[in-house]
Amino acid sequence: MDTHPGNWGNPRPHGGSSDLDILRPVDGLAPAPSAAHGSSALPVSRTQQPIVTGTSVLGIKYKDGVMLAADTLASYGSLAQIRDMKRLVAFGDHTVIGASGDMSDWQHIQHILNDCIIDEYANGDGHQLHPAHIFEYTSRVMYGRRSQVNPLWNSLVVGGFRDGKHFLGYVDLLGTTYQSSTIATGYGSYIAQPLLRKQVEGREDELTEADAAKILDESMRVLFYRDARSLNKIQRATINPSGVSITEPYSLQTEWSFAEGIKGYGAIYE
Amino acid sequence: MFRKQYDGDITIWSPQGRIHQVEYALEAVKQGSAAVGVRSNTHAVVLALKVGLVPYTLAFTLHRSSGELASYQKKVLKIDDHMGIAFAGLTSDARVLSNYMRSEAMKSRMIFGRNLPVSRIVASIGDKAQINTQRYGKRPYGVGLLVIGYDETGPHLYECAPSGNYFDYLAMSIGARSQSARTYLERHVDAFANASVDELILHGLRSLRDTLQQDKELNINNCTIGIVGKGTSFTVIEGDSLQRYLDMLVDTEAPAAAPTAPPAGDAPADAAPMETD
Repeated sequence: MDTHPGNWGNPRPHGGSSDLDILRPVDGLAPAPSAAHGSSALPVSRTQQPIVTGTSVLGIKYKDGVMLAADTLASYGSLAQIRDMKRLVAFGDHTVIGASGDMSDWQHIQHILNDCIIDEYANGDGHQLHPAHIFEYTSRVMYGRRSQVNPLWNSLVVGGFRDGKHFLGYVDLLGTTYQSSTIATGYGSYIAQPLLRKQVEGREDELTEADAAKILDESMRVLFYRDARSLNKIQRATINPSGVSITEPYSLQTEWSFAEGIKGYGAIYE
Repeated sequence: MFRKQYDGDITIWSPQGRIHQVEYALEAVKQGSAAVGVRSNTHAVVLALKVGLVPYTLAFTLHRSSGELASYQKKVLKIDDHMGIAFAGLTSDARVLSNYMRSEAMKSRMIFGRNLPVSRIVASIGDKAQINTQRYGKRPYGVGLLVIGYDETGPHLYECAPSGNYFDYLAMSIGARSQSARTYLERHVDAFANASVDELILHGLRSLRDTLQQDKELNINNCTIGIVGKGTSFTVIEGDSLQRYLDMLVDTEAPAAAPTAPPAGDAPADAAPMETD
């Protein structure tokens, strides 16, 4: 089982992999189908790889809040299958979660968290879940599932702003968590994270909302140039003292004329 | 008139529309030694009288305080850093409920990383208590709780009764002779909102003192205080650390005996309501 986020959406390293691999039981864990169960009994099966995947999510803190960015693509392997996937979603009035990894698991997480928010509201006592509380809860869900050896195959970025406090945290399928002033998941953790660190770290209290938007747009553009599972249709979520706002999907301008001069990749034309 | 016929079972109504077993449970709370709760805009305090564990008559015949024969019962319990209770009634039932409260508080910390909101735990204790008033084979809890806590919505004081009722209070007392304490609290309720921590504790001690029997006085062995509030995690004050407050109680009352003394003269308007009985 390859859990490394950098390998999501890529063919498995050993030969002969196919989509039917998901039907294969985890070695040594699930019982093999036997006559006792009847020939129609399928073995217990758990998530062993993501199927329809979303790529990087980026998040940064800035002076007045927190900003997240992600594209709207859900890929089926290398096929750009769903091009209007909402990967940034608000939970409550002060929190946004951005998801990369398996999109059906992401939808499951949305259901769980929405139930949680509704239960909280139904108490009607004025208490609300803070970004940090939603983050903690999400991490418990993720770690709980990995402990059942049936992880929810995602890397999540939780961004929030409440009572003057910034929140930006990361949770993944293993239940690993950390908090930082810049976060990037998946391919973005290689390509965009250094760019974000260079521009944000130490300047969290200076960057304006416009600066933050520019930094994220620029990083998303770089990712679109380099990440073969990305799309130049992105959304940005802003969480600031006036609440949550998530942009409609918009396109980034790109320049591909340089590609004409590149030789040696792909098909060879005379 | 129908009492004998209809008071045996928790699930049976009397023709007068009462459930006698629930009312008996409320009586059990009144048998327990008194507990008082007071809250200001920043803090909440509970105080309770501790009774020795040895039967009262035995202690009396031996002419000793029961404390010499056995330890005093615990009356104030910490639930979490932001919450605690005082109780009157069956101690064993209070331990069951405090166990439940502690585990709920830990769950909230574990799952959400958040201090359990006081109103939530009080409501769920109400639910637990109510079930015991409706189900065959159960009995109501024989304990009343004063729950204090400090959460996002500020300081709180709640009373939980065996009937499943719970109430949000500025000040409240439960247990034996608690009416005397309530009389004091009602008379001074306007002073609580902006009272300092020490003033709040003194109001509590004075009202608690009113529940004592004729020849008894408050001392460091027979009372206990729990406090929580803004910047103060739940703390139990008992034993030697109580002396400071008992001394203050004496000090604040000295001017009443000699009204011309300087401290009373400085602030007669503030001092007057606190000095009244």
